[in-house]
Amino acid sequence: MASIVTAGLSKFGKREGKYSRELFAEALYEALDRCQNIQLEDIQAAFIGQMSGSFEHQEHTAPTVLEWSNLLSCEGFRVESACASSGIALHMGIIAIASGLYDIVLIGGVEKMTHRSTPEVTDILAMAADFPFEQWHGLTFPGLYALMAVAHMNKYGTTEEQMALVAVKNHSNALLNPKAHMHKEVTVEKVLSSRVIAWPLKLYDCSLISDGAACLILTRPEIARKYTDTPVHIIGVGQGHDTIGLYSRDSLTSLKAAKTAAQKAYKMAKIEPKDINVAEVHDCFTIAEIMAYEDLGFCKTGEGGRLIEEGETFIGGRIPVNTSGGLKAKGHPVGATGAAQAYEIYLQLIGEAGKRQISNATIGLTHNVGGSGASATVHIFMRGD
Amino acid sequence: MEKKPFTIESFYEFCSQGKLMGAKCLKCGKIHAPPRPSCINCGSNKFEWIELSKTGKIISFTIIHVAPPRFADKTPYAVGIIELDDGVRLPGMIKNVEFNELKIGIKVKVEFEEAVEKEEWPKWTRYYFVPY
Repeated sequence: MASIVTAGLSKFGKREGKYSRELFAEALYEALDRCQNIQLEDIQAAFIGQMSGSFEHQEHTAPTVLEWSNLLSCEGFRVESACASSGIALHMGIIAIASGLYDIVLIGGVEKMTHRSTPEVTDILAMAADFPFEQWHGLTFPGLYALMAVAHMNKYGTTEEQMALVAVKNHSNALLNPKAHMHKEVTVEKVLSSRVIAWPLKLYDCSLISDGAACLILTRPEIARKYTDTPVHIIGVGQGHDTIGLYSRDSLTSLKAAKTAAQKAYKMAKIEPKDINVAEVHDCFTIAEIMAYEDLGFCKTGEGGRLIEEGETFIGGRIPVNTSGGLKAKGHPVGATGAAQAYEIYLQLIGEAGKRQISNATIGLTHNVGGSGASATVHIFMRGD
Repeated sequence: MEKKPFTIESFYEFCSQGKLMGAKCLKCGKIHAPPRPSCINCGSNKFEWIELSKTGKIISFTIIHVAPPRFADKTPYAVGIIELDDGVRLPGMIKNVEFNELKIGIKVKVEFEEAVEKEEWPKWTRYYFVPY
């Protein structure tokens, strides 16, 4: 289908004075440094995920970002699907390679958020939720996931302590990731006593408001070895959708879009959930990671809380999840997230994940969700040897 | 019989008259709130307006402490998803309630904010829910 020959990631965090176009170039230069056989002029098309021009009062993202990366000779496309923008940009890149129109395609994502106040960021992010019914009646993103959390707690007995463990794990993983936004250990008690954002979700249940960019360079599997000795093949991809409004869905305790995306990706890759060695999932809120375990088939429906409690998703567990620190602690520059997840899996599969390396990782998965789940995409990756 | 088009704008025009209205599919009977161009159950595009139940129960809820600028002076406030007695689900604020008494399954009834004449978009009158 398509293979990754190199990848890059900017440092995530509060990147004061750096804007999207500059952050993206930072990610691209790492990718080019990593693979000397690819030059700027080899890149024929670029798919760039970005959620909102409102953060920087700047739309027309693709040419702007490409200009600052000296890439005006390629064909640029902006992809928007809220927090799944660059996961879906990756999907588009795969389609572009598979179409035969291009040999070398850049995919990536970027978002600059930290120069805005928290209420402003809350407002811009909420634009990815239904306006006439959800935003208009005071719902926010933490609010929407809080509605799911309350329903999950009520139906399956999931606890605030189990949700807090997701934060504990991901903050602990981020300590091993030099590019993570936050390097700070948290305890269950600290999460539980942090200030309430949208009950039952507290500050440490929420992902970070971050600046950052990520990118991958893709080519056809047959020619990948021309560029690198360590290609990573994308063996499965799926995308799913559901209603924009949470209130129109049959279930509040599972994301149908993510389940659909996962089923398609597993089927295409001809593998099962138990074959996954390492995964990056969309932990925009701690409850979202617990629901992801269930939607991806890492455990039975309703048992996500127990899976984290039993330590199965920690590094060293049966299926390590969010070794990068996740959206929770690596950071969540929304448009960059899907590509950044793929970057982490790429590092894990080529054995360059440093102190957080999972030994013998062969197959990895990314799960990237847009908004409260009106869109989702799942990718499955395999080491090239 | 009501002649308004089956749109979100019409839904809120009814709200400004103190009415919660839905679009009932003439073919399969599925009730839509808000109205949609075609039935999500059978695909038909023939509807009639019907008044929705004025009472229902809380399906899920949250208490918002950090809000966008539009709602900053209202925090903390409760929002829930309400299932009306006719099965229609809508999100909305839950007012006149002690937060520690909020629970899934609590019965609520619909009320409306006062309709105000204003220049800017949107002009939508909000409905909300109160326990009864």
